[in-house]
Amino acid sequence: MSEIVIKMPPLGESVTEATIASWMVEPGTNVKKYDPLLEAMSDKVTTEIPAVDDGIVSRLLVEEGEVVDIGTDIMILDTISDQTDGILLSETKVEKAVPQNSNSLRYSPAVMRIAGEKGIDLNSVAGTGKGGRITRKDLLNYQPDMAAPVKKTVVTETVSKPAPVAPTASTTKSAPVQKGEGTPVSSLRKVIAKNMLKSVTEIPQAWTMIEVDVTNLVNARNKVKDDFKKQNGYSLSYFPYFVKAVSQALINHPKMNSSWQNDTVITNKEINTSIAVATEDALFVPVIKNTNNLSVSGIASEINRLATDVRDKKLKNEDMIGGTFTVNNTGSFGSIESKGIINAPQAAILQVESIRKEVKVMPDNSIAIRNMVNLCLTIDHRLLDGLVAGRFLNEVKANLENIDETTNIY
Amino acid sequence: MAEKTYLEAINLAIKEEMRRDDGVMVFGEDVGGEKGGVFGVTKELAAEFGDERVFNSPLGESEIAGLATGLGIMGHHAIAEFQFADYILPAVNQILSETAKMRYRTAGDYTAPIVMRAPYGGGVRGGFYHSQSTEKIFAGQPGLRIVTPSSVYDAKGLLKAAIRSEDPVLFYEHKKLYRAIKDDIPDEDYTVALDKAKIVKEGTDITVFSYGMMLQFVLKASEKLENQGISVEVVDLVSLYPLDQETIVQAARKTGKVLLVTEDTKEGSIMNNVSSVIAENALFDLDAPIKILAGPESPSMPYAKNLEDAFLVNQDDVLDAMVELAEF
Repeated sequence: MSEIVIKMPPLGESVTEATIASWMVEPGTNVKKYDPLLEAMSDKVTTEIPAVDDGIVSRLLVEEGEVVDIGTDIMILDTISDQTDGILLSETKVEKAVPQNSNSLRYSPAVMRIAGEKGIDLNSVAGTGKGGRITRKDLLNYQPDMAAPVKKTVVTETVSKPAPVAPTASTTKSAPVQKGEGTPVSSLRKVIAKNMLKSVTEIPQAWTMIEVDVTNLVNARNKVKDDFKKQNGYSLSYFPYFVKAVSQALINHPKMNSSWQNDTVITNKEINTSIAVATEDALFVPVIKNTNNLSVSGIASEINRLATDVRDKKLKNEDMIGGTFTVNNTGSFGSIESKGIINAPQAAILQVESIRKEVKVMPDNSIAIRNMVNLCLTIDHRLLDGLVAGRFLNEVKANLENIDETTNIY
Repeated sequence: MAEKTYLEAINLAIKEEMRRDDGVMVFGEDVGGEKGGVFGVTKELAAEFGDERVFNSPLGESEIAGLATGLGIMGHHAIAEFQFADYILPAVNQILSETAKMRYRTAGDYTAPIVMRAPYGGGVRGGFYHSQSTEKIFAGQPGLRIVTPSSVYDAKGLLKAAIRSEDPVLFYEHKKLYRAIKDDIPDEDYTVALDKAKIVKEGTDITVFSYGMMLQFVLKASEKLENQGISVEVVDLVSLYPLDQETIVQAARKTGKVLLVTEDTKEGSIMNNVSSVIAENALFDLDAPIKILAGPESPSMPYAKNLEDAFLVNQDDVLDAMVELAEF
């Protein structure tokens, strides 16, 4: 058995980089020659990369979602035979033998000129070049007191005129300017940056907000939350109720669930809700599939599964794709108003802000303390207008206000 | 600002110039219709500007050059495409004898203010007839300019300058760079000087001159060396003929250690002309022999992957040569 390094193979003319879409093996997997190892995605195609030999996967060197240059090492395979295809493997580099000539007594035209101009005795200069050669830089940096002690330095007028300790121009270094510390950006962060920039530069985004009285919803959830935790092992937050109310409203407002692509509006048949999940240094937007078929409890279970996968860095590619509308739980950070950036190519994003108590005038002119929440909606103004957005928001509002202690979450 | 590939930048330059000047037209093999060229450089042009301004020519390169020159005499800033720089050879007589000499032999009565585009260079498994660097064939003919962009920014700005120029310009595009490099470039109209070399990176230990795909290797290697305390001055020639002698000599003098990198075979390459300019003007500042890193003296770039790799100067070759010179 011997270890070989698998590199990202060339994926066609002028393709220089590829994304690791998904690994189809893991360390320890036994693979046969030509078995698919991974799915690689370039801007042209998505393609399976086959094994070049029989063996056991030893290590994966690149994580899913990362973009790598063609030729980058991506995996180590323990091979059983030594017969392998040449091009995918790393080649051992043969060190070139470098003949060691002594250059110490050969002077370049530049060295001769500078020595003449400055009156420097070349015998007194210690060369730093190859084979002890005196380089142009050695002379430019030369100061008489640097001379080898055994030799007497010939100090002529040209070098003695300036103050003896004053450095020559080329050695002068100004004090470094204090700058902020630079941190290289991770490839994941680069992808996020690119998507954000693409969204705000390509999509004319309009913004609106409504206020909803969710007092009944709060009571309903408080009534069931302890039992829910006992049965399921995780907490029931308010968020699944909002996701449910939004997906119900999307059924009647298909335009909100559509997408602008190359001057065509595509109306999505499925209602798949993207939810934003933040980690310390990145933002993921996993997807709940067919949200309209799920109960509040079903949605809660999906959110719990996706959020856990994100935290454990186990989020699968299939859970990242296919989203048609994004609901963002900004309220969890205490926000009461925010402007979301659309998760392109979706048409809109809804921000659910934090629920807060407020003094309200009720329809019968009495005064009451109510639980209020703001819903902030950003729309792609190319295909959506205020009218549709307003109608949609009002239906979400009605759906939320209809939830009370009689609502079944299962 | 918008992110574009080298290819998209060239396409955009043509588009914007055709909108600006009704006299600009594009023709060559397969450039018209929906195809828009074998690499897709002229895509969407026929749809926007019609078949009279964007059209296919017969497979006859001498005729392409002749037609371009004639259109130039009539005052059109015409753009002729040679499908590959390898195919420009049948047009050499037209270009050297007619196009280049038009202004001189008519005492300025007529000019050929045209652009001839040609994708050159290897590394795309193109084999013998789709990999060559033929720019050296034309270098040395006064009356002609040869330029090549090596960045996305230059791809757009240099082509615009070439189209607006009153001189004939051979515009060499490195086909490996078409989709290999992308960058944010300004949305506004801008041009890049046709006759100026560019200091892409300042440095104090060695000076490296290059262009095309090789320049990418040089830039990568110089970043690596910067971490090891070797400071590299990198110069993009931009103009392959005539050379920007002033910038070249100045940059060579700065460090006294000169490396010239080309993917062309060594003798007779553009880099020999650069070397000669430096030797003639900067001898007493030179601290090392001028080094040329180039392809092998072999007839053409082979098709087989391992042989193509053996032919092409690669990233490691460039790095090694730079280290060797720095240590000299």
